[in-house]
Amino acid sequence: MKNRSLVSIDDFSTEEIITILNLAEEFEKQPVRNLLDGKVIATLFFEPSTRTRLSFESAINRLGGKIVGFADAASSSVSKGETLHDTIRMVSSYSDLIVIRHPIEGSARYASEIASVPVINAGDGANQHPTQTLLDLYSIRKTQGTLNNLNIFMVGDLKYGRTVHSLMMAMSRWNTTFNFIAPEELKMPDEFKLYLENLGLKYYEHSDFTDIISKADIIYMTRVQKERFSDPIEYEKVKNVYVLRDSMLRNTKPNMRILHPLPRVNEIHTDVDRNPKAYYFEQALNGVYTRQAILCSLLGIK
Amino acid sequence: MSVSAIENGTVIDHVPAKNLFKVIQILGLDHIDSQITFGTNLESKKLGRKAIIKISGKFFEDDDINRIALVAPEAKLNIIRDYEVVEKKVVEVPDNITGIAKCVNPKCITNFEPVTTRFRVVSKKNVALKCHYCEKITTQENLQII
Repeated sequence: MKNRSLVSIDDFSTEEIITILNLAEEFEKQPVRNLLDGKVIATLFFEPSTRTRLSFESAINRLGGKIVGFADAASSSVSKGETLHDTIRMVSSYSDLIVIRHPIEGSARYASEIASVPVINAGDGANQHPTQTLLDLYSIRKTQGTLNNLNIFMVGDLKYGRTVHSLMMAMSRWNTTFNFIAPEELKMPDEFKLYLENLGLKYYEHSDFTDIISKADIIYMTRVQKERFSDPIEYEKVKNVYVLRDSMLRNTKPNMRILHPLPRVNEIHTDVDRNPKAYYFEQALNGVYTRQAILCSLLGIK
Repeated sequence: MSVSAIENGTVIDHVPAKNLFKVIQILGLDHIDSQITFGTNLESKKLGRKAIIKISGKFFEDDDINRIALVAPEAKLNIIRDYEVVEKKVVEVPDNITGIAKCVNPKCITNFEPVTTRFRVVSKKNVALKCHYCEKITTQENLQII
């Protein structure tokens, strides 16, 4: 994987994904190492993202690397009208690897074609966020002991949520059964359902958030965002329907774990946090190990 | 249609009537000196309404002609020499399209910076293009030629 970029989860083969997950496991056992000593990593955040940026910076710091970059476009030369092309050309001569988050879709692919160093996509608009997908895969494998033949329930905004789309595409490599729970306006788009059909994978759609979750190995919750609704009344109707409460977990499987890309608003009631099946904060921590593994793989260090 | 036959040149038949002017634009026919005749809204069993273009003294390279496949996938070409059809060609939708179409996604990087558009053709029949950059699909209905 040395000198490759990670723009879309599809850029990596199944073997390469497994290699990264195995490496992340090593970092979980021993997160502080000096593997990036003398390396400079650029973190270019053209839009703010607290979690992703801190997670990357934590990963780099724990490996002894140095960071250059900015946390939002206002404090970069973009505010002077510089093109992405020129910014990337310049930064790739200042650094050994570039982490980029940008609101424009396709910007990370474009950056990877301009840069002379590897590029990691930390989110390009509604398009891709492959490091999130890898940390989700890591969390699933860690809690279930396998990625094979699982039953995954995805809940909430399945129409616009890029994390659920990427995760669905990635998990389709391991014979997953999918259950989609969403309001009518936010259903999983046809193109993704067609993708599963072509692979011969089973999926089921539900509009009610009920007992059916007793079959789940993983419940992947997402935020239902107000701005996605054209009709505010529709939002008011559904906003409290897709809320996970502790009482709903009684009949769920012992191995079941709840994931959420965070930040959450009210879709997971805080009474769930104490339940051992709640896994979203550990999931966020796994993001550090996974990003350590990705950084080292692309730099050819591990 | 009472249009005289051409001595030498190219006849492009089976162009969907609604895309006639797109074909003219893609081939740059509005900028050449050749005599050109076209007819449109002609009856066609296959297309409903078709258009036909006759270009005198002009021959195209395959790469040029395949550019129109996006808007006229069933177009047929007759190459005329000395009033005779010496060759017939069909257009072929290529597997990849570079620099002809515009990405429909207003949030795509290709609509912000001077990036040459690149697409993988995911469906040739009802043309659907997947953007190499933003990964969104541009379909026939919202296809815009650059």
